[in-house]
Amino acid sequence: MQIKVTINDKLVTWDVEKDEFLADTLRSHGFLSVKKACETSCCGLCTVWVDDKSVLSCSILSLRVHGKKITTIEGVPKEAEEFARILTAEGAEQCGFCSPGFIMNVLAMKNELVNPSENEIIHYLTGNLCRCTGYMGQLRAVKTYLGVVEG
Amino acid sequence: MKSVGQSIRKIDGMAIATGKPVYTQDLATPNALVVKILRSPHAFAKINSIDISRAEKMEGVECIITFKDVPAGRFTLAGQSYPEPSPYDRLILDEMVRYVGDEVAIVAAVDEKTAFQALKRIKVDYEVLEPVLDFEQAVGHSTVVHPEEDLSCNFDIGLQKEKNVASSFTEEVGDVEEEFKRCDVVVEGVYYPQAQSHAMMETYRAYTYLDHTGRLVVVSSTQIPFHIRRQLARALQIPASKIRVMKPRIGGGFGGKQTGSVEVFTAIVTLKTGKPAIITYDRKETFSCTTSRHAMRLKVKLGADREGLIRAIDMEVLSDTGAYGEHAATVLSCVGHYTLPLYNKTRAVRITGNAVYTNKMPAGAFRGYGATQGTFALESTVNSLAEQLGLDPTEVRLKNISKEGETFLTGQGVLLGSTSLDRCIRKGKELIGWQDKFPSREIGQNKVRAVGMAVTMQGSGIANIGTASIEIRLNDDGNVTLLTGATDMGTGCDTILSQMAAEILEIPMENIIVSAGDTDTSPFDPGSYASSTTYVAGTATIKAATELKKKILEQGAKFLGVSPEDAEMNGLAVRSVSGEQEIGLAKLAELTILGAGKLQLVGYATHGSEVSPPPYVAGFAEVEVDQETGKVELIDYVAVVDCGTVINPNLARMQAEGGIAQGIGMALYEEVRYDELGKMATNSFMQYKIPCRKDIGKVRIAFEESFEPTGPFGAKSIGEVVANTPSPAIVHAVYNAVGVKINHLPITSEKVFLGMQKS
Repeated sequence: MQIKVTINDKLVTWDVEKDEFLADTLRSHGFLSVKKACETSCCGLCTVWVDDKSVLSCSILSLRVHGKKITTIEGVPKEAEEFARILTAEGAEQCGFCSPGFIMNVLAMKNELVNPSENEIIHYLTGNLCRCTGYMGQLRAVKTYLGVVEG
Repeated sequence: MKSVGQSIRKIDGMAIATGKPVYTQDLATPNALVVKILRSPHAFAKINSIDISRAEKMEGVECIITFKDVPAGRFTLAGQSYPEPSPYDRLILDEMVRYVGDEVAIVAAVDEKTAFQALKRIKVDYEVLEPVLDFEQAVGHSTVVHPEEDLSCNFDIGLQKEKNVASSFTEEVGDVEEEFKRCDVVVEGVYYPQAQSHAMMETYRAYTYLDHTGRLVVVSSTQIPFHIRRQLARALQIPASKIRVMKPRIGGGFGGKQTGSVEVFTAIVTLKTGKPAIITYDRKETFSCTTSRHAMRLKVKLGADREGLIRAIDMEVLSDTGAYGEHAATVLSCVGHYTLPLYNKTRAVRITGNAVYTNKMPAGAFRGYGATQGTFALESTVNSLAEQLGLDPTEVRLKNISKEGETFLTGQGVLLGSTSLDRCIRKGKELIGWQDKFPSREIGQNKVRAVGMAVTMQGSGIANIGTASIEIRLNDDGNVTLLTGATDMGTGCDTILSQMAAEILEIPMENIIVSAGDTDTSPFDPGSYASSTTYVAGTATIKAATELKKKILEQGAKFLGVSPEDAEMNGLAVRSVSGEQEIGLAKLAELTILGAGKLQLVGYATHGSEVSPPPYVAGFAEVEVDQETGKVELIDYVAVVDCGTVINPNLARMQAEGGIAQGIGMALYEEVRYDELGKMATNSFMQYKIPCRKDIGKVRIAFEESFEPTGPFGAKSIGEVVANTPSPAIVHAVYNAVGVKINHLPITSEKVFLGMQKS
């Protein structure tokens, strides 16, 4: 079956199976930043934007995004790099495998929440698992990025 | 220092953070065959027959392999230096299947869908046998997990396969029984640290192909490229010279990828078909068909005098190695090896143990490697001792811990290296607010807050076994290339090693290219495990860089017409000490390496240490417990770390924070569980909970540096030691809060609630 989507600002037509998930479609078309790590919608690594909102691309059928706008981290290089510089300055990317999905959700949060508190930040990002860092360094990076003042 | 001691960004950081295609799966070609495994539904069975005819006929199925098609020699998947102290108890596929998930057949097809369909069409007739599921019943069980005649060991590790004992271990110094009689206080406890899953974000995967000379190339998410090459040579019975193993970027390892869980399955497909192939374990396979931390039972007895000096320690360990014996002997011996040296006022010490086979997923290497389990048991007992004596547990530690340059009873005269553990304890007390918070205080609404603590140690590399070789060469353009077999798995060792090389060579890090983890081009390194890389490969780096620098200065001096003693580095140049003359490294390289010079300048070193100086952590937990429900909330965790000199503060902090979080997971949330038939019940993140960012509370890290004279720039290690304190410290805090002592990890609300009902 065919879907038409706007992927990172380019309109494309893709052949997809009816039981195919968006994460697999994206990877098969070379968007290799999209990682999968759980099969149970638990880990957040596959996070991309559909119409500018974060979704788990492992859990949405490709057919469902027909006509929609898809954004992967490859589509927001400037914004991603800006935050990645802060994240890596903390050392908080560690193995890096969860970083692209995490960064997509951080950027989405920045667009969505105005002056979030620490608790709101933690709550928003809870679905992004990380086994390396223990999350503290990620939190420091996010607070620096958003200009959250301590206290 | 310009590079060492600086919080330098990882050299691969931006690429991996922004999703560049640099991991194993990203590097596979689209035409690679997809490899899937048919697995045993039974915990213990013999395969009577396998019918692959219906699957084999399917379009798109390229290859199906069963136990009849694999080489006969047994091997181990443990990534350890040869001769490995793990039993050769595996075949690629065996007629016997020993746990639910054990491999029965390998299928390779053009795509995943076809491979899955083919799996369904394979018919297997099993003779189902009675499994051994309870590790406390394994010794002498009527079922023998490994009855086969051809199982072997490289040397005696105490294996008694007819009794299901994979390894046994005894060490005794002094007369423990006599010493207990002389002690004023004797405390005992039985502890059950559970099996824990590594749960690294990148699941296990490997991609294989044949190169232009017909050699097998393996691109794998592994911590141990050189060990994988040796394993594959043995398992596939082909010469090691026909195998190349490369490690790209890795999405976490934690010791899991110190066992060769997947490489052999895709390698045999590529050998049989001649085609590229990829195996990618899903999360379920990663949970249930690889390895976990060894579950253990530890009985600990401590004797002390009235002042609280620990005089006798007796530990009896039972370790569940599961269906295969990867790392069984070494994890068992590390239980005592990485705990007993902490306290050296002892007069007698005994440790005995068995690692037993059961029909469950094999255990393997996991960050902490026996020290985690040993620390939980010993430190919990020391906390009991302090309570019995009415002493502050921090004071009991300060009285008993080993000091710099001292020996310990089981150490055969080995001197302990640098330590600031006493400072770590004092600093931790201050940071957590011990004076005001110990042991507990009611905060209203049925809630009580309390603190607990524990100390721990690990090693830095494996003394007299671990080695690392480093080659650093000056390139024709004046930059240098650092070649290493050490495997950065997110830990940052590519960066750490180039920081050290930059420091010695006095050049910017940008001028250093790191080439790592390729058995064809890297000098030998066993891989990144046993907290080795900074300490062992780091020292090799210093030696190699020092040698190259000497050669550069000699060569530069020649061009400048001065003696080598009168030449010095000046950024990317060699100049005369007087400062009058200078030659750039690029020019020097051009004149030396290109054309007429005929001299490639190379610094090379192999380093192995005769000692393994322990890093230390003092861990302090503050919890809040709901006295009505038993709910435990971790409020604050302070870990004060002595890893010697901190080479890169950010990366060290991140290791520490991550290790503490993994330890918190073990203490409070994580447990590999099986159902009554031996099927793993925790094979997804829905059943197996790792901490999310709401579960961690606040983790604070502080460093109390010591200077380790045998380490690079005074450094020791940090990767593993940080995982050990949370379980005993949080158990202690919960006990101080509500008087319930949890000896079976993890600490769940139910256990705390039920404990409160009893008391």
